[in-house]
Amino acid sequence: MDAKLKQESPPDMARKECMRLLARASFEELNAAWEALADKPDVSPVRGPETGLVMVRGRIGGGGDAFNLGEATVSRATVRLSTGEIGHGQLLGTDKQRARLAAIFDALFQRDANRAAVEALHRQIASRIDTEDRRTAEETAATRVDFFTMVRGDD
Amino acid sequence: MYVAVKGGEAAIANAHRLLADRRRGDRTLPSITIQQVVEQLGLAVDRVMAEASLYDRELAALAVRQARGDMIEAIFILRAYRTTLPRFGYSEPVDTATMKVERRVSATYKDLPGGQLLGPTFDYTHRLLDPSLIDDAAVEEPAVKEPGEHVMRVSDILDGEGLIEGDGRMPEGHVMGDLTREPMEFPMARDLRLQALARGDEGFLLALAYSTQRGYGRTHPFVGEVRIGEVEVELDLPELGFAVSLGVVRVTECQMVNQFMGSAKQPPQFTRGYGLVFGQSERKAMSMSLVDRALRTDEFSEDIVAPAQDQEFVISHADNVQATGFVEHLKLPHYVDFQAELDLVRRMRRDYDAARTGSQDGMKEAAE
Repeated sequence: MDAKLKQESPPDMARKECMRLLARASFEELNAAWEALADKPDVSPVRGPETGLVMVRGRIGGGGDAFNLGEATVSRATVRLSTGEIGHGQLLGTDKQRARLAAIFDALFQRDANRAAVEALHRQIASRIDTEDRRTAEETAATRVDFFTMVRGDD
Repeated sequence: MYVAVKGGEAAIANAHRLLADRRRGDRTLPSITIQQVVEQLGLAVDRVMAEASLYDRELAALAVRQARGDMIEAIFILRAYRTTLPRFGYSEPVDTATMKVERRVSATYKDLPGGQLLGPTFDYTHRLLDPSLIDDAAVEEPAVKEPGEHVMRVSDILDGEGLIEGDGRMPEGHVMGDLTREPMEFPMARDLRLQALARGDEGFLLALAYSTQRGYGRTHPFVGEVRIGEVEVELDLPELGFAVSLGVVRVTECQMVNQFMGSAKQPPQFTRGYGLVFGQSERKAMSMSLVDRALRTDEFSEDIVAPAQDQEFVISHADNVQATGFVEHLKLPHYVDFQAELDLVRRMRRDYDAARTGSQDGMKEAAE
C-alpha cells in the first residue's frame, strides 16, 4: 500500500530519474562534483559499499513470460548524511566507490540546499549520455540499407 | 584398498610459475591491458560473459588475459568467480523493444519500420586477411547520418495479422525456475531451457542448430529479426517501493520464425524460436533460437527424431564448464583405478588362456 502510493507520486519519478543518471555516472564525474561541493555534510555508511550479483531477466519472445538470462555484477551502498537524509547507490560493475558516491548524491538530492548542485550534475551526465547515444544512432543510421528496384529488361 | 598418495607440490608450483611466464610471453613486448582487451577483443569478452553467465566486461577481459585466450578456461574462471558473490536479487525483465539498436536485420521483410541497419558486421566482408592491421594503420571515423524512425519489432508486425504465435507464455501458475538455485530436472520447462541455452557453449549450439537445418529435426526457419544493442537493467528496491536503473547491458536478440502449426482449434500460423544472449553474438543468438524451437516438441506434438529435439541430451551437454570438467578430469591421476583394471584384465587373460589350453588338451585327446 505504502509502496504503491510512493510509486505514483511525482517526486519519486524525479528520484528514479536521479538514480538512473547516477548509475550511469563515471567515477570522475561523481568525484569532481563531490569535490566542488561547498558545504560537504558528514557521511556515514548504513550498508556497504558492497559488490554482488543481480540475476538479469529477459522475456520469452521479447514480450512473453520472464526467464533468467544471466547475472551481472552490481555494486551498492546506502549512506546517511549528518543532516539525516538516507541515500542509495546501485550500479552495474564492481566499482564500490562509484556506488558510494552515487548514494551520497541520491541523499543530497533530497536536500533542498543541495538539490540545484545535484541537478547540475544530472544535466552533465544526461548530456554526455545523450551525446554518446546520438553518436551511436547516427553511426548506425549510416549503415541503413537503401534498396532500389532493378528495372527489368522486358516490357 | 585406497592408498593416499602425496607429492608433486614443488612440481605444481613450478608449473604454475612457468604458466605465468608463458602467459606474459616475450618481456620486450608491452603487456596488454584489460582495457585493451575490452576495446579490441570485445567479441571474445562478450562470449566469455555470455557463457560464464556473468555480465562484467572488465572481469571477463581479465579472465581472457589470465587464460591466455583460452575461451573455455576464461569462462570457467569467471563462472567460478561469480560463486564468491552474494545475490542481491532479480532484475525486472529487460525490454528489448526499447533497445538502443546498433544493428538490426530481418530476412523476412525488406522494407520495415526502422529499416535494415547493418551496424558493425562481418557480413559482406571478403574474409581476406588484412595486412594493413599488421602496421596499425590509421582507422577512419565512422560515417554518420540522421537517425530514422523507431526500430519496430518484426514479431509485432506479423502479430498484428494473427499469422504468428505470440511471445511465449508459460502455463498458468508456473513459477519461473533458476538453474543456479535448483538442480536440473527433466522434462524441463521452456524458461529454464532458455536460461541453459543462453549460457550454453556456442560451438555446441551452433552444431545442433546446423543439424536441424540439415534435416535432423527440421523446423523451416527464417530470421524474422536479429537485433543488437543496449537495454536498461532495473532492480526493484523494496526500501523505496519502485524499480531503479542499474545501467545498461548490451545484448543480442534473435526472433526466428518457423513454419506453421495449426489444429482443429487454431488456424495455421508461424511458430517461433527465441534467442537472447549477453553481448554481441548473433551466431549464438541464432543458434539458440533454432535449438529453442527444435526443443518445443511437446507444445506442437512433434515426434522426437533428432538430437536437437531431445531436451535431456541438449541441456545436459550444453554447458562447457561441466563438459570440460568431466572430459579433462580424465588426465588427472587415475593410478589406483587403472591398477584395479590392470589386475582384472590380467585375471581375465589367465582364465582365457586356461580355457584355451584346456580345450586344446581336450581336442588333442579326442584326436588320439
